[in-house]
Amino acid sequence: MKGYFLRARGEKVEQYQIITGNQAAALGAKLCRVQVVAAYPITPQSKIPEVLAEYVERGELKAEFVRVESEHSALTVCISASIVGARAFTATAANGLAYMHEQLHWAAGARVPIVMPVTNRGLGAPWTILNDMQDSLSQRDTGWIQFYCINNQEVLDHVIMGYRVAETVHLPVMVCYDGFRLSHTVMPVNVPSQELVDQYLPPKKPPYSLDPENPININPVVMGELIPGVDGKLWPDYMSIRRRMQKAHEGALEIILQAGKYFGELFGRTYDTPFTKYKTEDASAVFLTMGSLTSEAMEAVDALRKEGIRIGVIGLRVFRPFPAKELAEVLSGLEKVIVVEKAISYGYETPLATETKAAIYSFGTSPYSLIWSWVVGLGGKDVKPRDLVGICNAVFHNAPRERPLWWHEEEYTYERAVC
Amino acid sequence: MSVPFVEIPDREYVLPGTRTCAGCGLTLAYRYILKALGPKVIITLPACCLTILHGIYPKTPVAVNALNTTFASTAASASGLVAGLKATGQNDYVVVGMAGDGGTFDMGIQALSGAAERQTDFIYICYDNEAYMNTGVQRSSATPEGAITTTTPVEPKQQPKKDFLAIMEAHKLPYMATCCSAYPRDIYEKLSKAKNIRGTRFIHLYVPCPPGWGFPTNKTVEIGRIAVETGVVVLFEIEDGKLRLTGRSLTMARSGRKRPVDEYLKLQGRFKKMTPEQIASFQKDVDERWEQYLRRAEI
Ligand SMILES: Cc1ncc(C[n+]2csc(CCOP(=O)(O)OP(=O)(O)O)c2C)c(N)n1
Repeated sequence: MKGYFLRARGEKVEQYQIITGNQAAALGAKLCRVQVVAAYPITPQSKIPEVLAEYVERGELKAEFVRVESEHSALTVCISASIVGARAFTATAANGLAYMHEQLHWAAGARVPIVMPVTNRGLGAPWTILNDMQDSLSQRDTGWIQFYCINNQEVLDHVIMGYRVAETVHLPVMVCYDGFRLSHTVMPVNVPSQELVDQYLPPKKPPYSLDPENPININPVVMGELIPGVDGKLWPDYMSIRRRMQKAHEGALEIILQAGKYFGELFGRTYDTPFTKYKTEDASAVFLTMGSLTSEAMEAVDALRKEGIRIGVIGLRVFRPFPAKELAEVLSGLEKVIVVEKAISYGYETPLATETKAAIYSFGTSPYSLIWSWVVGLGGKDVKPRDLVGICNAVFHNAPRERPLWWHEEEYTYERAVC
Repeated sequence: MSVPFVEIPDREYVLPGTRTCAGCGLTLAYRYILKALGPKVIITLPACCLTILHGIYPKTPVAVNALNTTFASTAASASGLVAGLKATGQNDYVVVGMAGDGGTFDMGIQALSGAAERQTDFIYICYDNEAYMNTGVQRSSATPEGAITTTTPVEPKQQPKKDFLAIMEAHKLPYMATCCSAYPRDIYEKLSKAKNIRGTRFIHLYVPCPPGWGFPTNKTVEIGRIAVETGVVVLFEIEDGKLRLTGRSLTMARSGRKRPVDEYLKLQGRFKKMTPEQIASFQKDVDERWEQYLRRAEI
């Protein structure tokens, strides 16, 4: 796998730890000095609360650890703890994330700065514990910021950046990374010092505090039209509150990029674009990917370039807010955009392909002849660099564009295999 | 043991302007609950009639800090408040989760059972108006057998009320108690006591509901009293496993007088379809339960 040798300039080798994505997420939370941890186990996330429980019991992390009875409750605990001022953390995947759905909306609507790793896993039925991105992508519209990580270094970094962003824009953040492929795979991760993280992430400042003499009613019922208060002035209705949330998302990208730039100044790893670019300067085609698939695509690109194909990779790091303008810019002038994704929006195509087409169209180009939508790797099906080489070859040999293509289907036909 | 009325604080935390129905038993009880708890409290509440009582943004008639939450998550929200307040050193707040019977007996049971098993330090108040009133009087698992609701409109509810007190007692709580809107002093005393106990404390509050039960709005207190005087509702508290009858239930136990349930049932539209056989069976259940309580209270 490429992409994890993002060494910081001048840092000492001892700062590296060889850890899994889950250990990186837990370590990130500890470095952020989270104050309340609530978690419910689900494969492949389970190690995160386990590691955090150890930190808390060993006294290495001063936090309230709430061993809840469900994911719905896990996120509720975080919402309420966050509302009274604590930095709160939980993590989940797949059916756990789906079970949280009501609370995902509630967290975003309540504007609480929770950071939550999601170890991407396929959703039942049928049961699978293995990886795809259907779980978090189907929570696209809940109002959460969504980051997708290429490697374990990015997992650690995005938990830390996540809190800085969340506490600035008052929106919750999902740090998504591939189950097993990252959650259970060890990689060298550069671990920043507590002092630097403290400098990067000052203690949480809640927007208000509880006062028994001036009590407030938080998240009450609102109406559909502007409502006069006791002062006679008009107060926001549901739609204006929702509009503020959208505005917060619109402003969030800039804050994300600033947070990524400042991260680079302190830690030596800069995240000042919403995507990772690989060999795109002279490219006429790119793979557009998210998560660990990006590093597979880098390998494929190396192989394809040896055959003279000028192809690169754009690995999208920020999915919500969607960096439409930035993406349209970086894709402009290309002849082929091969969107390869571990998810499908049933009845249409892969979600990222839809979003990308809209982005390109909104910024002036017709995406029709440009974009192919490929479904790969659902439910843990391995995606090797040679699969991506195969996909590229198919595109260059005029694969149809009207419907999403399934790499699985092209390679081995399931129906034929069972007949 | 009893507190004279004069000791109940004058200060009101439920101000004029609530959006509950006329004659609401919940509003009456809530006044005394908040008087007992005082201002250093944070209430978390799900979707239910209490949300409506708390008013519509930007105004609230309730003068304590409150956090609204989703239907299933009252006790989890309270757990989060407890953890968050502790983590941020705000140590002297009393955390209270308060939900209806639907949000407790049905959808909220998972979070409540979880929090109670963890012995989370908060007071949980289930106010029981015996149906989903907020959404228009649909049956819940707290609705008694024989009651008409909008989802049992022709054939009244066929199943008996879930024995939630037994379920909660199985959690081995440090304190649990029953109350009824018609007896504010009993409410005040029990909440004052619960406030000073640690761990998960459970209060079951019986709340008459004029539109849901079909009685005139000026009869709320009367219905509540008859509920207790017939033994349909028994006032007690359980501390460390020891049950003690309180208030009117205690005086009834001592005097040996209990009114027939028919007097309670006939005042309410929701029971109008009950047959004499069903009433007799209802009476039998109430009597058996009453005898059990007398035995447990050693009276
Ligand atoms: C997940 C979910 N399902 C349904 C509802 C709709 N709902 C709001 S209040 C309510 C009934 C509440 O009944 P109860 O808890 O008994 O309280 P009451 O209204 O009687 O005070 C329901 C079903 C909801 N808010 N959330």
